[in-house]
Amino acid sequence: MSIPNMLLGLLEREPSHGYELKREYDTYFGRGRPLPFGQVYSTLARLARDELVTPGEVEPGEGPDRKRYRITTAGKEELEGWLATPVEPEPHLQTVLFAKVVLSLMLGRPAERYLGAQRAAHLQRMRELTELRRGARVVDGLLADHAMFHLEADLRWIDLTETRLAQLAEVVAR
Amino acid sequence: MTAGVPSPAPVPGDGVVEARQVVRSFGTTPALRGADLRVGKGEIVAVMGPSGSGKSTLLHCLAGIFKPDRGEVWFEGRRLDQMSEDARSRLRRTAFGFVFQFGQLVPELTSADNVALPLLLNKVGRKKAYKEAGVWLARLGLGDKGGRRSGELSGGEAQRVALARALVIGPRVIFADEPTGSLDSFTGEAVMDLLVDNARAEGTTVVLVTHDARVAAFADREVMVRDGVVTDYQQVGASRSW
Ligand SMILES: Nc1ncnc2c1ncn2[C@@H]1O[C@H](COP(=O)(O)OP(=O)(O)O)[C@@H](O)[C@H]1O
Ligand SMILES: [Mg+2]
Repeated sequence: MSIPNMLLGLLEREPSHGYELKREYDTYFGRGRPLPFGQVYSTLARLARDELVTPGEVEPGEGPDRKRYRITTAGKEELEGWLATPVEPEPHLQTVLFAKVVLSLMLGRPAERYLGAQRAAHLQRMRELTELRRGARVVDGLLADHAMFHLEADLRWIDLTETRLAQLAEVVAR
Repeated sequence: MTAGVPSPAPVPGDGVVEARQVVRSFGTTPALRGADLRVGKGEIVAVMGPSGSGKSTLLHCLAGIFKPDRGEVWFEGRRLDQMSEDARSRLRRTAFGFVFQFGQLVPELTSADNVALPLLLNKVGRKKAYKEAGVWLARLGLGDKGGRRSGELSGGEAQRVALARALVIGPRVIFADEPTGSLDSFTGEAVMDLLVDNARAEGTTVVLVTHDARVAAFADREVMVRDGVVTDYQQVGASRSW
Protein backbone atom coordinates (compact mmCIF):
# COMPACT_ATOMS: atom_id res chain seq x y z
CA MET A 1 0.00 0.00 0.00
CA SER A 2 1.16 3.48 -0.65
CA ILE A 3 -0.70 5.81 1.65
CA PRO A 4 1.60 8.80 0.97
CA ASN A 5 0.87 8.59 -2.75
CA MET A 6 -2.83 8.15 -2.16
CA LEU A 7 -2.90 11.26 0.01
CA LEU A 8 -0.96 13.13 -2.67
CA GLY A 9 -3.62 12.08 -5.16
CA LEU A 10 -6.40 13.39 -2.95
CA LEU A 11 -4.47 16.63 -2.48
CA GLU A 12 -3.98 17.09 -6.19
CA ARG A 13 -7.72 17.05 -6.46
CA GLU A 14 -7.90 19.97 -4.03
CA PRO A 15 -5.99 21.43 -1.07
CA SER A 16 -7.29 19.94 2.10
CA HIS A 17 -7.09 19.62 5.88
CA GLY A 18 -6.00 16.41 7.53
CA TYR A 19 -9.48 15.49 8.69
CA GLU A 20 -10.94 15.97 5.20
CA LEU A 21 -8.21 13.80 3.77
CA LYS A 22 -8.97 11.08 6.27
CA ARG A 23 -12.67 11.22 5.42
CA GLU A 24 -11.98 10.98 1.68
CA TYR A 25 -9.50 8.19 2.18
CA ASP A 26 -11.91 6.19 4.32
CA THR A 27 -14.70 6.70 1.77
CA TYR A 28 -12.76 5.43 -1.22
CA PHE A 29 -9.97 3.25 0.09
CA GLY A 30 -10.68 2.45 3.75
CA ARG A 31 -12.96 -0.55 3.20
CA GLY A 32 -13.65 -1.00 6.89
CA ARG A 33 -10.08 -0.12 7.85
CA PRO A 34 -10.16 3.61 8.51
CA LEU A 35 -6.91 5.52 8.42
CA PRO A 36 -5.89 6.56 11.97
CA PHE A 37 -5.59 10.32 12.46
CA GLY A 38 -2.08 9.87 13.77
CA GLN A 39 -1.00 8.27 10.54
CA VAL A 40 -2.56 11.06 8.48
CA TYR A 41 -0.59 13.70 10.33
CA SER A 42 2.68 11.81 10.41
CA THR A 43 2.37 11.13 6.68
CA LEU A 44 1.59 14.79 5.96
CA ALA A 45 4.57 15.84 8.05
CA ARG A 46 6.86 13.56 6.06
CA LEU A 47 5.41 14.74 2.75
CA ALA A 48 5.96 18.35 3.88
CA ARG A 49 9.54 17.57 4.94
CA ASP A 50 10.18 16.13 1.46
CA GLU A 51 8.56 19.21 -0.08
CA LEU A 52 5.88 17.21 -1.83
CA VAL A 53 3.18 19.21 -0.05
CA THR A 54 3.19 22.61 1.64
CA PRO A 55 1.15 23.49 4.69
CA GLY A 56 -0.79 26.71 4.30
CA GLU A 57 -1.13 29.43 6.90
CA VAL A 58 -2.18 28.28 10.35
CA GLU A 59 -5.87 29.02 10.56
CA PRO A 60 -7.46 30.28 13.75
CA GLY A 61 -9.15 27.69 15.98
CA GLU A 62 -8.45 24.73 18.21
CA GLY A 63 -6.53 21.50 17.71
CA PRO A 64 -3.71 20.41 15.46
CA ASP A 65 -5.77 20.47 12.30
CA ARG A 66 -5.54 24.09 11.36
CA LYS A 67 -3.42 23.82 8.24
CA ARG A 68 -4.66 23.30 4.74
CA TYR A 69 -2.12 21.30 2.75
CA ARG A 70 -1.54 21.73 -0.95
CA ILE A 71 0.46 19.58 -3.36
CA THR A 72 3.69 21.03 -4.81
CA THR A 73 5.06 20.61 -8.32
CA ALA A 74 7.45 17.98 -6.98
CA GLY A 75 4.46 16.28 -5.34
CA LYS A 76 2.62 16.17 -8.66
CA GLU A 77 5.63 14.61 -10.33
CA GLU A 78 5.89 12.02 -7.60
CA LEU A 79 2.21 11.17 -8.00
CA GLU A 80 2.50 10.98 -11.78
CA GLY A 81 5.41 8.56 -11.49
CA TRP A 82 3.53 6.35 -9.07
CA LEU A 83 0.36 6.21 -11.17
CA ALA A 84 2.20 5.53 -14.41
CA THR A 85 4.44 2.76 -13.09
CA PRO A 86 2.80 -0.66 -13.19
CA VAL A 87 2.62 -2.40 -9.87
CA GLU A 88 5.03 -5.31 -9.48
CA PRO A 89 2.97 -8.22 -10.80
CA GLU A 90 2.40 -10.38 -7.78
CA PRO A 91 -0.66 -11.78 -6.07
CA HIS A 92 -2.72 -9.64 -3.70
CA LEU A 93 -2.24 -6.26 -5.25
CA GLN A 94 -5.94 -5.51 -5.70
CA THR A 95 -6.02 -2.68 -3.17
CA VAL A 96 -3.28 -0.63 -4.71
CA LEU A 97 -4.49 -1.31 -8.25
CA PHE A 98 -7.94 -0.22 -7.26
CA ALA A 99 -6.60 2.93 -5.59
CA LYS A 100 -4.69 3.85 -8.73
CA VAL A 101 -7.74 3.41 -10.91
CA VAL A 102 -9.97 5.48 -8.63
CA LEU A 103 -7.41 8.27 -8.28
CA SER A 104 -6.76 8.35 -12.03
CA LEU A 105 -10.47 8.77 -12.66
CA MET A 106 -10.85 11.41 -9.95
CA LEU A 107 -8.02 13.41 -11.47
CA GLY A 108 -9.19 13.00 -15.06
CA ARG A 109 -6.16 10.92 -15.97
CA PRO A 110 -6.40 8.06 -18.52
CA ALA A 111 -7.08 5.09 -16.26
CA GLU A 112 -7.44 2.78 -19.27
CA ARG A 113 -3.85 3.43 -20.26
CA TYR A 114 -2.69 2.69 -16.78
CA LEU A 115 -4.64 -0.57 -16.83
CA GLY A 116 -3.19 -1.38 -20.23
CA ALA A 117 0.35 -0.92 -18.94
CA GLN A 118 -0.50 -3.09 -15.95
CA ARG A 119 -1.89 -5.78 -18.24
CA ALA A 120 1.35 -5.72 -20.23
CA ALA A 121 3.39 -6.06 -17.02
CA HIS A 122 1.23 -9.00 -15.91
CA LEU A 123 1.51 -10.73 -19.27
CA GLN A 124 5.25 -10.25 -19.22
CA ARG A 125 5.38 -12.01 -15.86
CA MET A 126 3.13 -14.80 -17.20
CA ARG A 127 5.50 -15.21 -20.15
CA GLU A 128 8.44 -15.60 -17.79
CA LEU A 129 6.55 -18.16 -15.75
CA THR A 130 5.45 -20.04 -18.87
CA GLU A 131 9.06 -20.21 -20.02
CA LEU A 132 10.16 -21.36 -16.59
CA ARG A 133 7.47 -24.01 -16.48
CA ARG A 134 8.37 -25.44 -19.86
CA GLY A 135 10.72 -28.28 -19.06
CA ALA A 136 10.68 -27.53 -15.33
CA ARG A 137 10.56 -30.22 -12.68
CA VAL A 138 7.07 -30.92 -11.43
CA VAL A 139 7.50 -28.98 -8.17
CA ASP A 140 8.75 -25.84 -9.89
CA GLY A 141 6.09 -26.26 -12.52
CA LEU A 142 3.34 -26.39 -9.93
CA LEU A 143 4.65 -23.34 -8.12
CA ALA A 144 4.79 -21.43 -11.38
CA ASP A 145 1.23 -22.56 -12.09
CA HIS A 146 0.05 -21.23 -8.76
CA ALA A 147 1.48 -17.81 -9.54
CA MET A 148 0.00 -17.96 -13.05
CA PHE A 149 -3.52 -18.55 -11.75
CA HIS A 150 -3.26 -15.52 -9.48
CA LEU A 151 -1.96 -13.32 -12.27
CA GLU A 152 -4.76 -14.58 -14.46
CA ALA A 153 -7.31 -13.58 -11.83
CA ASP A 154 -5.79 -10.09 -11.70
CA LEU A 155 -6.00 -9.89 -15.48
CA ARG A 156 -9.66 -10.77 -15.41
CA TRP A 157 -10.23 -8.06 -12.87
CA ILE A 158 -8.33 -5.60 -15.07
CA ASP A 159 -10.50 -6.55 -18.07
CA LEU A 160 -13.69 -6.22 -16.07
CA THR A 161 -12.65 -2.90 -14.54
CA GLU A 162 -11.86 -1.57 -17.99
CA THR A 163 -15.43 -2.21 -19.07
CA ARG A 164 -16.71 -0.44 -15.93
CA LEU A 165 -14.54 2.68 -16.05
CA ALA A 166 -17.33 4.98 -17.19
CA GLN A 167 -19.56 3.83 -14.33
CA LEU A 168 -16.77 4.16 -11.79
CA ALA A 169 -15.89 7.63 -13.08
CA GLU A 170 -19.45 8.73 -12.34
CA VAL A 171 -19.25 7.46 -8.79
CA VAL A 172 -15.98 9.21 -7.99
CA ALA A 173 -16.90 12.46 -9.75
CA ARG A 174 -17.91 15.41 -7.66
CA MET B 1 -10.39 0.09 -53.15
CA THR B 2 -6.80 1.01 -52.29
CA ALA B 3 -5.57 4.03 -50.40
CA GLY B 4 -4.94 7.13 -52.49
CA VAL B 5 -1.35 7.75 -51.46
CA PRO B 6 0.89 4.69 -51.71
CA SER B 7 3.12 4.14 -48.71
CA PRO B 8 6.81 3.53 -49.19
CA ALA B 9 7.79 -0.11 -49.40
CA PRO B 10 8.87 -1.52 -46.06
CA VAL B 11 12.61 -1.33 -45.54
CA PRO B 12 14.53 -4.55 -44.86
CA GLY B 13 14.16 -5.56 -41.25
CA ASP B 14 10.56 -4.42 -41.25
CA GLY B 15 7.73 -6.78 -40.55
CA VAL B 16 7.26 -10.03 -42.44
CA VAL B 17 3.56 -9.49 -42.05
CA GLU B 18 2.12 -6.07 -41.66
CA ALA B 19 -1.23 -4.32 -41.57
CA ARG B 20 -1.35 -0.58 -42.05
CA GLN B 21 -4.48 1.32 -41.18
CA VAL B 22 -6.64 -1.59 -42.26
CA VAL B 23 -10.36 -0.90 -42.41
CA ARG B 24 -12.84 -3.72 -42.98
CA SER B 25 -16.61 -3.76 -42.52
CA PHE B 26 -19.28 -6.40 -42.88
CA GLY B 27 -22.27 -4.53 -44.28
CA THR B 28 -22.69 -1.70 -41.82
CA THR B 29 -20.71 -3.42 -39.04
CA PRO B 30 -17.18 -2.03 -38.81
CA ALA B 31 -14.89 -4.90 -37.78
CA LEU B 32 -11.56 -3.09 -38.26
CA ARG B 33 -11.27 0.68 -38.04
CA GLY B 34 -7.65 1.43 -38.89
CA ALA B 35 -5.71 -1.53 -37.53
CA ASP B 36 -1.91 -1.48 -37.49
CA LEU B 37 0.25 -4.50 -36.76
CA ARG B 38 3.78 -5.41 -37.68
CA VAL B 39 5.18 -8.86 -37.02
CA GLY B 40 8.90 -9.49 -37.45
CA LYS B 41 10.54 -12.59 -38.92
CA GLY B 42 10.36 -15.55 -36.58
CA GLU B 43 8.32 -13.58 -34.08
CA ILE B 44 5.38 -15.10 -32.24
CA VAL B 45 2.78 -12.44 -31.57
CA ALA B 46 -0.43 -12.93 -29.64
CA VAL B 47 -3.41 -10.87 -30.78
CA MET B 48 -5.69 -10.48 -27.77
CA GLY B 49 -8.93 -8.67 -27.08
CA PRO B 50 -12.57 -9.23 -26.19
CA SER B 51 -14.94 -11.21 -28.32
CA GLY B 52 -16.10 -9.26 -31.37
CA SER B 53 -13.20 -6.80 -31.22
CA GLY B 54 -11.94 -7.74 -34.70
CA LYS B 55 -9.15 -10.25 -33.99
CA SER B 56 -10.27 -12.86 -36.50
CA THR B 57 -10.97 -10.25 -39.15
CA LEU B 58 -7.45 -8.90 -38.70
CA LEU B 59 -5.98 -12.39 -39.04
CA HIS B 60 -8.00 -13.04 -42.18
CA CYS B 61 -6.83 -9.75 -43.68
CA LEU B 62 -3.18 -10.47 -42.84
CA ALA B 63 -3.50 -13.91 -44.44
CA GLY B 64 -5.06 -12.54 -47.61
CA ILE B 65 -8.35 -14.33 -47.02
CA PHE B 66 -10.24 -11.04 -46.70
CA LYS B 67 -9.43 -7.97 -48.72
CA PRO B 68 -9.43 -4.81 -46.64
CA ASP B 69 -11.82 -2.04 -47.66
CA ARG B 70 -9.01 0.43 -47.04
CA GLY B 71 -5.44 0.31 -45.82
CA GLU B 72 -2.56 -1.96 -46.76
CA VAL B 73 -1.45 -5.49 -46.04
CA TRP B 74 2.19 -6.38 -46.64
CA PHE B 75 3.87 -9.76 -46.80
CA GLU B 76 7.66 -9.95 -47.20
CA GLY B 77 7.79 -6.52 -48.79
CA ARG B 78 4.86 -7.03 -51.18
CA ARG B 79 1.35 -5.62 -51.13
CA LEU B 80 -0.81 -8.66 -50.42
CA ASP B 81 -4.00 -6.65 -50.76
CA GLN B 82 -3.10 -5.68 -54.34
CA MET B 83 -2.34 -9.20 -55.54
CA SER B 84 -4.73 -11.13 -57.73
CA GLU B 85 -6.96 -13.74 -56.13
CA ASP B 86 -4.82 -16.41 -57.81
CA ALA B 87 -1.59 -15.06 -56.43
CA ARG B 88 -3.02 -14.77 -52.96
CA SER B 89 -4.40 -18.25 -53.00
CA ARG B 90 -1.05 -19.62 -54.19
CA LEU B 91 0.62 -17.82 -51.29
CA ARG B 92 -1.87 -19.28 -48.84
CA ARG B 93 -1.11 -22.75 -50.16
CA THR B 94 2.68 -22.47 -50.21
CA ALA B 95 3.74 -19.92 -47.61
CA PHE B 96 1.04 -19.89 -44.94
CA GLY B 97 -0.12 -22.50 -42.46
CA PHE B 98 -3.49 -22.23 -40.74
CA VAL B 99 -4.78 -23.59 -37.46
CA PHE B 100 -8.32 -22.73 -36.45
CA GLN B 101 -10.47 -23.58 -33.49
CA PHE B 102 -12.54 -26.30 -35.15
CA GLY B 103 -13.14 -28.44 -38.10
CA GLN B 104 -10.43 -27.95 -40.59
CA LEU B 105 -9.73 -31.65 -40.91
CA VAL B 106 -11.69 -33.81 -43.31
CA PRO B 107 -13.26 -36.26 -40.86
CA GLU B 108 -13.57 -39.17 -43.31
CA LEU B 109 -9.89 -39.06 -44.20
CA THR B 110 -7.11 -40.48 -42.06
CA SER B 111 -4.70 -38.28 -40.16
CA ALA B 112 -2.00 -39.05 -42.71
CA ASP B 113 -4.35 -38.12 -45.60
CA ASN B 114 -5.19 -34.83 -43.91
CA VAL B 115 -1.55 -33.94 -43.35
CA ALA B 116 -0.46 -35.04 -46.84
CA LEU B 117 -3.27 -33.08 -48.50
CA PRO B 118 -1.61 -29.64 -48.63
CA LEU B 119 1.47 -31.21 -50.22
CA LEU B 120 -0.62 -33.06 -52.79
CA LEU B 121 -2.37 -29.77 -53.62
CA ASN B 122 1.08 -28.28 -54.14
CA LYS B 123 1.83 -31.06 -56.65
CA VAL B 124 4.24 -32.94 -54.44
CA GLY B 125 4.40 -36.62 -55.40
CA ARG B 126 2.24 -39.02 -53.44
CA LYS B 127 5.02 -41.05 -51.93
CA LYS B 128 6.99 -38.04 -50.80
CA ALA B 129 3.85 -36.36 -49.44
CA TYR B 130 2.95 -39.34 -47.26
CA LYS B 131 6.50 -39.70 -46.08
CA GLU B 132 6.58 -36.06 -44.99
CA ALA B 133 3.18 -36.44 -43.35
CA GLY B 134 4.53 -39.38 -41.35
CA VAL B 135 7.52 -37.37 -40.21
CA TRP B 136 5.35 -34.52 -38.98
CA LEU B 137 2.83 -36.78 -37.27
CA ALA B 138 5.70 -38.43 -35.40
CA ARG B 139 7.15 -35.06 -34.46
CA LEU B 140 3.84 -34.12 -32.92
CA GLY B 141 3.60 -37.36 -30.97
CA LEU B 142 1.06 -38.99 -33.30
CA GLY B 143 3.33 -41.52 -34.96
CA ASP B 144 0.81 -44.29 -34.25
CA LYS B 145 -2.28 -42.33 -35.34
CA GLY B 146 -1.55 -41.91 -39.05
CA GLY B 147 -4.11 -44.51 -40.09
CA ARG B 148 -6.90 -43.25 -37.87
CA ARG B 149 -9.79 -41.35 -39.37
CA SER B 150 -9.49 -37.83 -38.07
CA GLY B 151 -13.16 -37.89 -37.04
CA GLU B 152 -12.27 -40.50 -34.42
CA LEU B 153 -9.52 -38.48 -32.76
CA SER B 154 -9.78 -36.67 -29.45
CA GLY B 155 -9.87 -32.87 -29.51
CA GLY B 156 -6.22 -32.56 -28.56
CA GLU B 157 -5.14 -35.15 -31.11
CA ALA B 158 -7.17 -33.46 -33.83
CA GLN B 159 -5.51 -30.11 -33.08
CA ARG B 160 -2.11 -31.74 -33.26
CA VAL B 161 -3.00 -33.21 -36.67
CA ALA B 162 -4.14 -29.74 -37.70
CA LEU B 163 -0.80 -28.41 -36.53
CA ALA B 164 1.05 -31.07 -38.52
CA ARG B 165 -0.99 -30.12 -41.55
CA ALA B 166 -0.08 -26.46 -41.09
CA LEU B 167 3.61 -27.23 -40.62
CA VAL B 168 4.06 -29.84 -43.36
CA ILE B 169 4.48 -27.33 -46.17
CA GLY B 170 7.24 -25.50 -44.29
CA PRO B 171 5.20 -22.31 -44.02
CA ARG B 172 6.85 -18.93 -43.52
CA VAL B 173 3.91 -17.79 -41.39
CA ILE B 174 1.44 -19.70 -39.25
CA PHE B 175 -1.90 -18.05 -38.66
CA ALA B 176 -3.60 -19.56 -35.62
CA ASP B 177 -7.07 -18.42 -34.56
CA GLU B 178 -7.97 -19.64 -31.07
CA PRO B 179 -6.09 -22.89 -31.74
CA THR B 180 -6.79 -24.16 -28.23
CA GLY B 181 -10.30 -22.71 -27.98
CA SER B 182 -12.01 -26.08 -27.99
CA LEU B 183 -9.57 -27.80 -25.63
CA ASP B 184 -9.26 -28.01 -21.86
CA SER B 185 -6.38 -25.96 -20.53
CA PHE B 186 -4.00 -28.88 -19.98
CA THR B 187 -4.48 -30.23 -23.52
CA GLY B 188 -4.39 -26.70 -24.87
CA GLU B 189 -1.04 -26.05 -23.28
CA ALA B 190 0.39 -29.24 -24.75
CA VAL B 191 -0.72 -28.04 -28.20
CA MET B 192 0.81 -24.61 -27.54
CA ASP B 193 4.08 -26.22 -26.46
CA LEU B 194 4.23 -28.07 -29.76
CA LEU B 195 3.25 -25.04 -31.81
CA VAL B 196 5.89 -22.83 -30.17
CA ASP B 197 8.66 -25.45 -30.16
CA ASN B 198 8.19 -26.25 -33.83
CA ALA B 199 7.78 -22.63 -34.91
CA ARG B 200 11.01 -21.73 -33.11
CA ALA B 201 12.86 -24.71 -34.54
CA GLU B 202 11.79 -23.75 -38.07
CA GLY B 203 12.06 -19.98 -37.62
CA THR B 204 8.38 -19.67 -38.53
CA THR B 205 6.56 -16.44 -37.82
CA VAL B 206 3.32 -16.93 -35.87
CA VAL B 207 0.25 -14.74 -35.57
CA LEU B 208 -1.73 -16.21 -32.69
CA VAL B 209 -5.25 -14.95 -32.01
CA THR B 210 -6.44 -15.73 -28.50
CA HIS B 211 -8.48 -14.18 -25.73
CA ASP B 212 -6.76 -16.42 -23.18
CA ALA B 213 -3.83 -14.95 -21.23
CA ARG B 214 -2.32 -18.37 -20.51
CA VAL B 215 -2.19 -19.06 -24.25
CA ALA B 216 -0.88 -15.58 -25.04
CA ALA B 217 1.90 -16.15 -22.51
CA PHE B 218 3.49 -18.58 -24.99
CA ALA B 219 4.08 -15.72 -27.43
CA ASP B 220 7.00 -13.29 -27.52
CA ARG B 221 4.69 -10.32 -27.10
CA GLU B 222 1.04 -9.39 -27.30
CA VAL B 223 -1.10 -6.67 -28.77
CA MET B 224 -4.68 -5.83 -27.84
CA VAL B 225 -7.52 -5.30 -30.29
CA ARG B 226 -10.37 -3.10 -29.12
CA ASP B 227 -13.20 -1.94 -31.31
CA GLY B 228 -11.24 -2.71 -34.45
CA VAL B 229 -8.06 -0.86 -33.43
CA VAL B 230 -4.78 -2.40 -32.26
CA THR B 231 -3.04 -1.08 -29.15
CA ASP B 232 0.40 -2.15 -28.07
CA TYR B 233 0.42 -1.43 -24.35
CA GLN B 234 3.96 -2.66 -23.92
CA GLN B 235 5.06 0.33 -25.96
CA VAL B 236 2.58 2.69 -24.32
CA GLY B 237 3.83 1.57 -20.91
CA ALA B 238 7.46 1.86 -21.90
CA SER B 239 7.05 5.38 -23.24
CA ARG B 240 5.30 6.66 -20.10
CA SER B 241 3.61 9.20 -22.26
CA TRP B 242 0.80 10.05 -19.92
N1 LIG C 1 -18.69 -12.80 -41.84
C1 LIG C 1 -19.20 -11.83 -41.09
N2 LIG C 1 -20.38 -11.27 -41.35
C2 LIG C 1 -20.88 -10.26 -40.61
N3 LIG C 1 -20.28 -9.72 -39.56
C3 LIG C 1 -19.08 -10.23 -39.20
C4 LIG C 1 -18.48 -11.31 -39.95
N4 LIG C 1 -17.28 -11.59 -39.36
C5 LIG C 1 -17.16 -10.75 -38.32
N5 LIG C 1 -18.23 -9.93 -38.21
C6 LIG C 1 -18.41 -8.87 -37.20
O1 LIG C 1 -17.23 -8.10 -37.12
C7 LIG C 1 -16.88 -7.82 -35.79
C8 LIG C 1 -15.51 -8.40 -35.48
O2 LIG C 1 -15.58 -9.81 -35.55
P1 LIG C 1 -14.35 -10.78 -35.37
O3 LIG C 1 -13.21 -10.29 -36.19
O4 LIG C 1 -14.82 -12.16 -35.63
O5 LIG C 1 -14.02 -10.57 -33.82
P2 LIG C 1 -13.21 -11.50 -32.79
O6 LIG C 1 -12.45 -12.52 -33.57
O7 LIG C 1 -12.35 -10.55 -32.05
O8 LIG C 1 -14.23 -12.12 -31.88
C9 LIG C 1 -18.00 -8.38 -34.94
O9 LIG C 1 -18.91 -7.36 -34.68
C10 LIG C 1 -18.59 -9.45 -35.82
O10 LIG C 1 -19.95 -9.64 -35.51
MG1 LIG D 1 -12.58 -14.63 -33.52
